[in-house]
Amino acid sequence: MTSTLTTGAHESGAVRTPRRGSGGSVRSRPNWLGGLFSCLWLAIVLVPIYWIVITSLKQQSDYFTTNPFAPPVNPTLDNYQLVIASSFVRYFVNSVIVTVGADVPAVLISFMAAFAIVRGGGRLLPSLNGLFLMGLAIPQQAVVIPVYLIIIRLHMYDSLLAIILPSIAFAIPLSILVLTNFIRDIPGELFESMRLDGASDWHMLWHLAFPLTRPALVTVAIYNGLIIWNGFLLPLVLTQSPDRRTLPLALWSFSGQYSINVPAIVASVVLTTLPILALYALGRRQLLSGLTAGFGK
Amino acid sequence: MTGLAPPIVLPTAPPVSRARRSGSLAWMTLPALIVFIAFAVVPLGGVVLLSFTSWDGIGAITPSGLTSWTSVLADPGLPHALWVTFVVIALSWLVQTPLSILIGVFIAGRQRYRGLFAVLFFIPLLLSSAAISITYKALLDPNFGLGAGLGIPLLQQDWLGRGDLALGVVIFVVSWQYIPFHSLIYQGGARQIPRSMYEAAELDGAGRVRQLFSITLPQLKYTIITSSTLIVIGSLTAFDLIFVLTEGGPGDATRVLALDMYKRGFQANLMGPASAIAVILVCVGLGFSLFMRWLGGNAAKSQLEGA
Repeated sequence: MTSTLTTGAHESGAVRTPRRGSGGSVRSRPNWLGGLFSCLWLAIVLVPIYWIVITSLKQQSDYFTTNPFAPPVNPTLDNYQLVIASSFVRYFVNSVIVTVGADVPAVLISFMAAFAIVRGGGRLLPSLNGLFLMGLAIPQQAVVIPVYLIIIRLHMYDSLLAIILPSIAFAIPLSILVLTNFIRDIPGELFESMRLDGASDWHMLWHLAFPLTRPALVTVAIYNGLIIWNGFLLPLVLTQSPDRRTLPLALWSFSGQYSINVPAIVASVVLTTLPILALYALGRRQLLSGLTAGFGK
Repeated sequence: MTGLAPPIVLPTAPPVSRARRSGSLAWMTLPALIVFIAFAVVPLGGVVLLSFTSWDGIGAITPSGLTSWTSVLADPGLPHALWVTFVVIALSWLVQTPLSILIGVFIAGRQRYRGLFAVLFFIPLLLSSAAISITYKALLDPNFGLGAGLGIPLLQQDWLGRGDLALGVVIFVVSWQYIPFHSLIYQGGARQIPRSMYEAAELDGAGRVRQLFSITLPQLKYTIITSSTLIVIGSLTAFDLIFVLTEGGPGDATRVLALDMYKRGFQANLMGPASAIAVILVCVGLGFSLFMRWLGGNAAKSQLEGA
């Protein structure tokens, strides 16, 4: 309404093309303040990232003698070789096992629970839902001591399973929250017509709800996956031998071990980040929407 | 976000189809329920029980009444840890909120170059706290880091060796890590503000700053509360980053509550007092969450009155 008033009737067709239409011209005055802060912030974000990439390619001897922001004079992959030789492949495999081993079961059992909460009735299921949602308020740090005790008593200390089980538990509350909201949006008639065809709940779970919920399942899986992949506290507390380390823990001990060899340390940082950066490049939109799962709107 | 989400998003979930097959589906929640109870609910009760025992982390657990609590409450380390925690929370809120709003609103624009900005902005979200801390530790090293390399004395401070500077560095690095996340939340919020509101304001001759304060900020009220809750709880439980960056040091300058708990429990082997700290951590977190929900409720009320 207002835009036709400002631009005149002859341009009213342009209102419908959002990019360069009259809607754009209303806000075309540049946002200097936002632009300034954004450029500043962009520099703050990119400078350390640029620095770790170029430094990881420098020779250790050059590192002390050259300008830290100049590209390497004699670029080398020695640092990466050193990192890989320090059994980073092993840590990478550990991280993959922990992330996949926790994320896939977490999403599947949360999905089953979310389906039951939405489709089942009675008094029990809503209160179970309340119990799961309460989990959103439990900080991992606060319960890590009893988790450690439980893991010891189960004779699982210093195994990857010790990291996987609590990671599943902490992924459940948010997964259920997001998935119940999504399953609620599935029209009830779809379930009814399937029921008339004689389908069981179990069948509807996997053949109706599962395909329709797939985008939410991916979103939740990405969110959980990133948190588990980057997790530090559980591996720190629940494992001890070097060959059980996950990548963040390996990074930490590596940096303690080679504290003066800065190029090697930053090479390890780059190397552990590459898999996620690759995922980011492949599915940026999915990843970002995964990150705000449950917080948006 | 170390595994903690805001209680503020809790919806009041109405069960959709009032059931004909009441409870017959309950078994489907069993796998999730078992893992969740074993590794989240039981530990939550367990930490309270453990705070009334003494345990060195390996040997037998013996009940010890209130000794852990009296030792923790009498320890001057506790008020110090609480104070450092509050400073970290307050300053990270003050740094992150205005910047995230400005950046989020800016990248909410549909211009293509802003999209490119956004792609680069979000990179810190992908890095682990350990990776970020290690990078900054190397970058800020007084002998081998940025200041030494550039020969700028101002940058050549002993960043992590002086208490006040180290606390500042912690807040800077926490902000560096999380501002992208909060910008993302504000970007989503800002995109939902109806454009017609800005057009009307434009007609009335309102400038950009005026629009920011009269339209954008009031419309983002809920987003601000959600994001603030996440900032507060995130800073309260910030562990990985501070642990790798400073280990609580120098001295105890950056020893926040979560770190205090870890050090007492897993380094000094005093699991009883560490559990008492953990209980305090849970209570402070719950207190903040309830306060934020209360703020949210008030915001909802005033919006209704305004309508």
